[in-house]
Amino acid sequence: MKTLALRLFFVLALPLLLVIAWWFASDSSTDVYWPPLRTILTTFPDVWTGERLRDDVLPSLLRLLAGYTAAAVVGVALGTVIGSYRRVRAVCEPVLEFLRAVPPPVLVPVIMLFAGIGDTMKIAVIASGCVWPILLNTVEGVRAVDSVMSETARSYGITGSARLRHVVLRSASPQIFAGLRQALSIGIILMVISEMFAASNGLGFTIVQFQRSFAIPDMWTGILLLGLLGFILSVLFRLLERRALGWYHGLRDTSRRSS
Amino acid sequence: MKAESALLGTAGFAGFLVLCEAVPRTGIVSDNYFPPVTRIADALVTELSDQAFWTALGDTLTGWALGLAIAVTAGILTGVLIAVTPYLREATASTIEFLRPIPSVALIPLAVLLYGTELQSVLLLVVYASFWQVLIQTLYGVQDVDPVADETARSYGLGTWARVRHVLWPTALPYIMTGVRLAAAVALILAVTAELVIGAPGLGRRIAVAQSSQAVPDMYALVVVTGVLGLLINVGARTVERRALAWHQSVRGEVAV
Repeated sequence: MKTLALRLFFVLALPLLLVIAWWFASDSSTDVYWPPLRTILTTFPDVWTGERLRDDVLPSLLRLLAGYTAAAVVGVALGTVIGSYRRVRAVCEPVLEFLRAVPPPVLVPVIMLFAGIGDTMKIAVIASGCVWPILLNTVEGVRAVDSVMSETARSYGITGSARLRHVVLRSASPQIFAGLRQALSIGIILMVISEMFAASNGLGFTIVQFQRSFAIPDMWTGILLLGLLGFILSVLFRLLERRALGWYHGLRDTSRRSS
Repeated sequence: MKAESALLGTAGFAGFLVLCEAVPRTGIVSDNYFPPVTRIADALVTELSDQAFWTALGDTLTGWALGLAIAVTAGILTGVLIAVTPYLREATASTIEFLRPIPSVALIPLAVLLYGTELQSVLLLVVYASFWQVLIQTLYGVQDVDPVADETARSYGLGTWARVRHVLWPTALPYIMTGVRLAAAVALILAVTAELVIGAPGLGRRIAVAQSSQAVPDMYALVVVTGVLGLLINVGARTVERRALAWHQSVRGEVAV
């Protein structure tokens, strides 16, 4: 009981302290750019009403979801193919290394040429930025499949899709998830940037709009909302990962304890 | 085997270039959108002979290097401080977990208001994004310190500073170098993003200008330049990592094989 209270204290103490510090430090602030926290918090429910959530936040999230899913499917599929054959990997590696090194945001103007400024552009930008970490991590994961395991599977006659699902993808999944996690933060960045560039709705668009019209407290609520969104998505991702990789974490813990 | 994969890699890259030349030439994709490689190469040569291009490159690299240096220093110092101060780790864990996933692009409007298109705008974004990479890896590394080694050092009477220098630092260094490598890549992304979106001087702004003035081959040439820059940074960071960890098992093992 006492340890639980202590843990709770440690979790909450510093965040509370920081919020209180922000509250009082900004309370009498007359600086236009640093409005009091009180103002920001009272503006928050006014700005992010149901209508705005539906018209701006929801489209953003849907585009992120569409682009991210497309990147995950393409990345894992291509990565499995490339990782399974040594020669294919040798042929593709330099090109992939180069394409990955291109900073994803510069794709926004390039893709705008092809896809205009509609939803397709934003989804394509998100997908083409997210695909590299997923692809390269899948290649690494598939390549590193334990050879004893894959030969055992072969001698038990496990081939085709069963082999792919239960041996190859299973043992590559920790790596794949590492790629998915990197891709998620890139995806959020690209979601915001593609909307800042050219859009008529969406989170990034709205926040820039507030900034251009000098609605500073509104802009701050947007920054807070984006932060909150990043935090919530990372928590959701961790829950998913814990479910999907439960076997792996358990395995690692036992092997660590025994060694 | 190594020669073979190098050969295959070269062939793959050449094939990629040929493909990028052939697709617009045959008209599958309009060459207004995707100019053939030769035209991009022409534009690249023109860019390289332009003084303004080198200034832009210098601006981008300045933002990148300064931001990275600040982030790495701050990240390592904060990480070590959190590690050696009792209870600080438990107390800061929740705050770090909350602040870290906040996308740095959320700060763009703030950066515009505070600093406009100055270098500080770029630095704000670069430092925020890469700081967490270094800090998190430093904390992982510090966690990895062997308790026996630490207690041995204690019983030999090593002070806090000596233990940081001789026990904590060598253990954490591999993690820190990973963090620096990740941060170097992230810093470039954010430097270019800041220039592209905010309009701070640099390669990013040049891309935005080329795009709005319909100079499509120039835009592709600049995109290629950022890619090469990213590649060089990756290779450079890996070399630095290997140098700094030449004594470490993971690197020594690599050489022996």
